[in-house]
Amino acid sequence: MMKGLKKWRLFSLLAVLTVFLAGCGQEELSTLLPAGQVGKDQFNLLLLSSGIMLLVIIVVVTIYLVALVRFRRSKLGEDHIPEQVEGSHKLELVWTIIPILLILLLAVPTVYYTYKLGDVAAMGAVDEDGNAENLVVDVTAKLYWWEFEYPDLGIVTAQELVVPMDEKVYFNLLAADVKHSFWIPAVGGKLDTNVENVNKFYLVFEKDSQDLKDGVFYGKCAELCGPSHALMDFKVKTMPRPEFDQWVTAMQNTAENQVVANQDGQEVFQQSCIGCHATSGVGESGAQGPNLATFGDRNRVAGFLDHTDEKLVEWIRDTQEHKPGNKMPSFDKNQISDAEMDALVEYLMGLSVE
Amino acid sequence: MSSVAQKKGFGATLWDWLTTVDHKKIGILYFLGGGFFFVLGGIEAMMIRWQLHIPNNDFVSAGLFNDLITMHGTTMIFLAAMPILFGFMNAIVPLQIGARDVAFPFINSLGFWMFFFGGLFLNISWLYGEVPDAGWTSYASLSLASQGHGVDFYAIGLQIAGGGTLMAGINFLVTIINMRAPGMTYMRMPLFTWTTFVASAMILFAFPPLTVGLFFLTFDRMFGGNFFNHTMGGNTIIWEHIFWIFGHPEVYILILPAFGIFSEIFSIFSRKRLFGYPSMVFATVLIGFLGFMVWAHHMFTVGLGPTANAIFAVATMAIAVPTGVKIFNWLLTMWGGSIKITTPMLYALGFIPSFVMGGVTGVMQGAAPLDYQLHDSYFIVAHFHYVIVGGVVLAILAATHLYWPKMFGTMLNETLGKVTFWFFFIGFHMTFLIQHWLGFWGMPRRVWTYMDGQGWNLANLISTIGAFMMAIGVIVLVINAIMTSVKNVKVANDPWGDGRTLEWAIESPPIYYNFHATPLVRGLDTVWIEKMEGNESGLTPAEPIKDIHMPNGSIIPLLMSFGLFIAGFGAMFRTEESWGLPVLIFGLLWTFVSMAARSLQDDTGYYIKKDEILRDLKRKGGQN
Repeated sequence: MMKGLKKWRLFSLLAVLTVFLAGCGQEELSTLLPAGQVGKDQFNLLLLSSGIMLLVIIVVVTIYLVALVRFRRSKLGEDHIPEQVEGSHKLELVWTIIPILLILLLAVPTVYYTYKLGDVAAMGAVDEDGNAENLVVDVTAKLYWWEFEYPDLGIVTAQELVVPMDEKVYFNLLAADVKHSFWIPAVGGKLDTNVENVNKFYLVFEKDSQDLKDGVFYGKCAELCGPSHALMDFKVKTMPRPEFDQWVTAMQNTAENQVVANQDGQEVFQQSCIGCHATSGVGESGAQGPNLATFGDRNRVAGFLDHTDEKLVEWIRDTQEHKPGNKMPSFDKNQISDAEMDALVEYLMGLSVE
Repeated sequence: MSSVAQKKGFGATLWDWLTTVDHKKIGILYFLGGGFFFVLGGIEAMMIRWQLHIPNNDFVSAGLFNDLITMHGTTMIFLAAMPILFGFMNAIVPLQIGARDVAFPFINSLGFWMFFFGGLFLNISWLYGEVPDAGWTSYASLSLASQGHGVDFYAIGLQIAGGGTLMAGINFLVTIINMRAPGMTYMRMPLFTWTTFVASAMILFAFPPLTVGLFFLTFDRMFGGNFFNHTMGGNTIIWEHIFWIFGHPEVYILILPAFGIFSEIFSIFSRKRLFGYPSMVFATVLIGFLGFMVWAHHMFTVGLGPTANAIFAVATMAIAVPTGVKIFNWLLTMWGGSIKITTPMLYALGFIPSFVMGGVTGVMQGAAPLDYQLHDSYFIVAHFHYVIVGGVVLAILAATHLYWPKMFGTMLNETLGKVTFWFFFIGFHMTFLIQHWLGFWGMPRRVWTYMDGQGWNLANLISTIGAFMMAIGVIVLVINAIMTSVKNVKVANDPWGDGRTLEWAIESPPIYYNFHATPLVRGLDTVWIEKMEGNESGLTPAEPIKDIHMPNGSIIPLLMSFGLFIAGFGAMFRTEESWGLPVLIFGLLWTFVSMAARSLQDDTGYYIKKDEILRDLKRKGGQN
């Protein structure tokens, strides 16, 4: 019976292991494939701590198995009375001191990285002309979407963060309603967006998102924030600095020259949507609804639906069905007719800066 | 009043259970109440896993899913794990220290009824249709924004149940300090008693912060307070601190008694004295102390700054040292022993690798910068289930088998017990091991669904299959309990054959006054010592047989708790229903009148006459 069980356990263990080793997850959202200095630092800490912990597990399991095999009553006989050992100071010292050393081994890099990753002193630095030396993004988390303002560049966008590669990008994080948490798993650890104070940290993006499956990194809300917490995704586009500068210029131009793919659609938009949504990328955070200046360039509708005309119509027709608890009203056919909707969709999909 | 099974009508039996102040009966009440909520929380867990077994599933709605996770967590921690552990503490600790009852039998009963009515209040939310949905942590900004009465049920229900827990904790502290039999010095107390003692001390310091926090929340939601409303000068982070100043010690309040149970099991079924007993005691106390020093490791991503994070990171890692000491002491208890693999021992053996896994992932999360990645991902879900299921629940299941004969007078079936273990154990690892990787792969916790194409599908399916295997294990256990109760084969004092502590030297279940004469304790594992020296009974009386003073039963604890239960509804509907305020006042008055009745009534208990004890002894042939 026991033998059979052991074999079976071994088999299931192997099966499970195969699954684990099958992959490190997907590039666009796995912490095991870090795409930036912060994520790499954290991954190194993961490797170090896993190594130490694996050592502990191996020692414990070895003693455990040997004891289990050697000291069975079935071997020793029913009447065997073991010696009633009280303890051993020597052994107890050993398993107190060695763990302390192991902990120290982990504690030193932990403290080092805590300070390293928490260092935002350079955030407000300016050069001789008074221009900011580093890119700063103000993130505002709202039910259930993300607003990204670039205060030094005078532009604002939503749902898709666009950042340059290979430099520190500093973030100011705040929530507008309830607490959320800002997390780009592949790039680095999360930081909460609190309601009452601004949190600051930095990330470094070292991989071009163009090479990824969807052309974007995945961002997540990591703090329970209501029914649609699971759907509060955002995306991150990374690009070399020159491309980013072009994108910024294009964004700054959306105030005057906007692409209007469908004139009727624009009219519908101005009647029904403009109260909450802006189509100009110039501005500040604090909007009712996501800024739509780059809507056509986006990867998803509402942060998680496929970026197709059909999904966009479905979304506008019934927002609560798709993202329960969100703040956008639904528009039925009396408010926006099918013909108007087609025009609106064409207009929205045409909003592009790339 | 005699222990002889007198024929009693249903009404009389019910009255007996409602008014009992006997620690053994209250232990059984806690066990059954906690068991009921454990099954309820388990059903919630199965619904959660079913929802997540495929991407984009619509088995439950987003709102209902949040109800389920909130109630699953709250139920399992406050209404299942703690009460079941209290059940074992009640049933066993007074026996282990050679006492006739706990120090405050009336308060013991009050503690149970407050837990019961608090739990009932919380779960009536399902019938009312507005269920707590802000997570078991109920972080302030979300819990204040939550619509309907859901979070009100959480705040008031936990307040009532938490009051009961605090009383139970104080009661055990006083009991263990004052009621030990002659010779039962602190350093001769069985480990389960020691861990109960330390856990009770932790309750004493950890529950008042929860009480305060819940009052703040109650006032914010129902009485126009602004403690957590940042637009009015409040602060939501304060809630997080208050909650975790309670919440972190809470997990040690759960795990320490579990350690105690496993210490007993390793010792009994290795037929060997616990290795390094003094260091085990010291480690328990140290864990209890450090447990209060590390709450902010739940808040590494809140933005407390690198200095706070670094301090709490190192403090957190320090806890691994005393915990490691315990693990090695258990291993060395087995080493050189005579290991018999019974069902309780099987659970203990399953516990070691499971808990070590949970412990080391805890240290990994203690490394603050790494935790920025792991926090609020599925990794953390895996971690705390590894410690709470792999530690606390395995201990509860082990203790259920171990102490079943002592509580109910009959054994659970060993074969079915092992079937339960294997289903539960394999299912447990299947469910939670893979979740570590889900966390690495970027899956946040508390998501009601997930999109296809993120590489999470297979792992979630495996996890769900594992969860259902655990459910099968629990169902087999319930069948086992029913079957053996129906057969009801009576067992002797020490059905496991290797009992070492006082509870195994008296009958199963013990007579209502426990010991005919208070025993004399001559060392650690006193019964083992007596037996090795040829004293078959395992007991040496410390005094001649004489009259025993016993407390009277009382219905007042139930009435007092019921008043609070009513007042809770009044508070909740105060502003929207005209009957709200009167009901609030009525409920509180009801409680105060009950308290007054208790204070004014001169209840001095009663005496069991020496003759009656001698008669009981004679009937059993002079054996104790």
